[in-house]
Amino acid sequence: MTRARTKDREEYNRLAQSFHPPRPVLRNALKAFLVGGIICTAAQVIFGYLSARLPRTQAFAMTSSLMVFLGAFLTGLGVYDEIGRFAGMGAALPITGFANSVVSPAMEYKREGFVLGVSARMFQVAGPVIVYGSLSALLVSILRVYVFK
Amino acid sequence: MTLLYAFLVGGALCALAQIIVDLTKTNPAFVMVSAVSLGAVLSGLGLYGPLVEIAGAGATTPLLGFGHSLVTGMLEDVARLGWFGLFTGGLRATAPGLMAAIVFGYLMAVLFNPKG
Amino acid sequence: MALNRRGTSTCVFPNMPVIVSAASVVGPREGKGPLGPLFDLVCGDTLCGEVSWEKAETKMLRQATDLAVAKAGLQDAEIDFFLAGDLLNQIISSSFTARDKDIPFLGLYGACSTIGEATAIGSFLIHGGFASNVLVASSSHHDTAERQYRYPTEFGYQRVPSSQWTVTAAAALVLSSQGEGPKVEAVTVGRVLDFGITDANDMGSAMAPAFADTVWRHLSDLGRTPDDYDAIFSGDLGRVGSKAALHLLKQRGIDLSRVHEDTGLMIYNMEPEICSGASGCGCVASVFAAKIYPELKSGQMKRVLLVPTGALHSPTTCQQDESIPSIAHAISLVYPGWEEKGS
Repeated sequence: MTRARTKDREEYNRLAQSFHPPRPVLRNALKAFLVGGIICTAAQVIFGYLSARLPRTQAFAMTSSLMVFLGAFLTGLGVYDEIGRFAGMGAALPITGFANSVVSPAMEYKREGFVLGVSARMFQVAGPVIVYGSLSALLVSILRVYVFK
Repeated sequence: MTLLYAFLVGGALCALAQIIVDLTKTNPAFVMVSAVSLGAVLSGLGLYGPLVEIAGAGATTPLLGFGHSLVTGMLEDVARLGWFGLFTGGLRATAPGLMAAIVFGYLMAVLFNPKG
Repeated sequence: MALNRRGTSTCVFPNMPVIVSAASVVGPREGKGPLGPLFDLVCGDTLCGEVSWEKAETKMLRQATDLAVAKAGLQDAEIDFFLAGDLLNQIISSSFTARDKDIPFLGLYGACSTIGEATAIGSFLIHGGFASNVLVASSSHHDTAERQYRYPTEFGYQRVPSSQWTVTAAAALVLSSQGEGPKVEAVTVGRVLDFGITDANDMGSAMAPAFADTVWRHLSDLGRTPDDYDAIFSGDLGRVGSKAALHLLKQRGIDLSRVHEDTGLMIYNMEPEICSGASGCGCVASVFAAKIYPELKSGQMKRVLLVPTGALHSPTTCQQDESIPSIAHAISLVYPGWEEKGS
């Protein structure tokens, strides 16, 4: 009896939902748009500077590295988690957010040592992104190369 | 002009992801994984390349661009090396981001402590 | 029926154990909150001079216990049992604190309800004649809880509106068979309830049924109404859980709105990132020690019901899509002069 029956569970879940404050969807989307847009503009500025001096592919590659550095550094300073709290996906979706997801566990688990802490936990959040990205890219490429030539 | 498009496209992708998080109440980790996969699919359909042409870093900086790089790298290497390119191209093309993440991740962990 | 049992699950104490002292140690954010000046010690930063947050939490718990024992005018050697619990795996903060104390130790886990569980068991030990003085304590730390239950502390994610903010605080009480102070009049030990909430960002809703059930049984076991109490404190349901709890009790014909307060809404200035409210073993414990205890002691409040609630999940069970079982214990407390006046 202490584990509520399925019917009661569903009913209670509905009731509980009704007490949830509504998510500020529009405001959140606007914040994500602004912050995400600013980060991407910064990347474009860097890319513009580099592409005047380097081949296009190389300029893109170096832009990515620099943006990762930027995200990593802001995480190190303890700023990026505040940006993320404000902007949600606006901070998480750009590659700087990817850097934050690598640096934050690396810093967090330093006290557990550099092998089992920093290095082992570094890709705790970013690992799934790499795994799913690689696998879906593989699938897409196979389809492109061998099925829909 | 590309600067404006970078702002608009990058911002729009982030806003879209945020709306999905808020409306479906999905864990952001799942949305990030989906974004990379979506980028790969759009790239395979030949839609993401043109977006990069228009918006530049506005399209390559969000995680979808990571998926796009993986696919372009694979396709390039398949053209060069045949089927084995599927195993070399993805990580080659995304190495700058990944290597930077490892190097700077380790470095920041050495230099800084979390502030809570 | 056992001599001191009433109704289905309430225990009464003819010789009421006395809470002779209470002490609290909190982090900087809690120190800036509305109860700031009432806490005994406020740490300057979240590390409290230690190298890790785990060590900081242990230090705060040790400071709180030392203070409580000193305030009671006792020494560790005069304490018969030390009962404590916290949120961390293997309740390390409590065990590591006990390591530095030469007192027989019972480690407890009840998540945020731990201080209720400890006070109940402590009262049983004293009333049963097994102890003269019992030290009970619990602690939580925002950053140790974040890294164990959620994400690394520097990970940039948006908090969900229904989620609760884990408090950095430790508190300790000394229960005695005699002495001056508020008294434990009755205890209702809660059942574990599960109404199928799976969202770890919504612990308030998960715990509300346990709170409602325990309060309902407490009142019906003793034939009382909410008006018999100056206040009924839940600890900590937050905004979302409080609404659900009051609704559930209303369905059973009990209107708690006049006397209900939630300790999770008392400790902070409710900045946006606190979301639904505060939580953690240290929240209800430190609010009790700093605010409710003095008001009872001075007779400003004559009788209160303290109902700490706990969500008994782990990160693993949540990832495996298990729902969140919850518990609540009701502790009825009266002011020192209660005996003479009678009830």
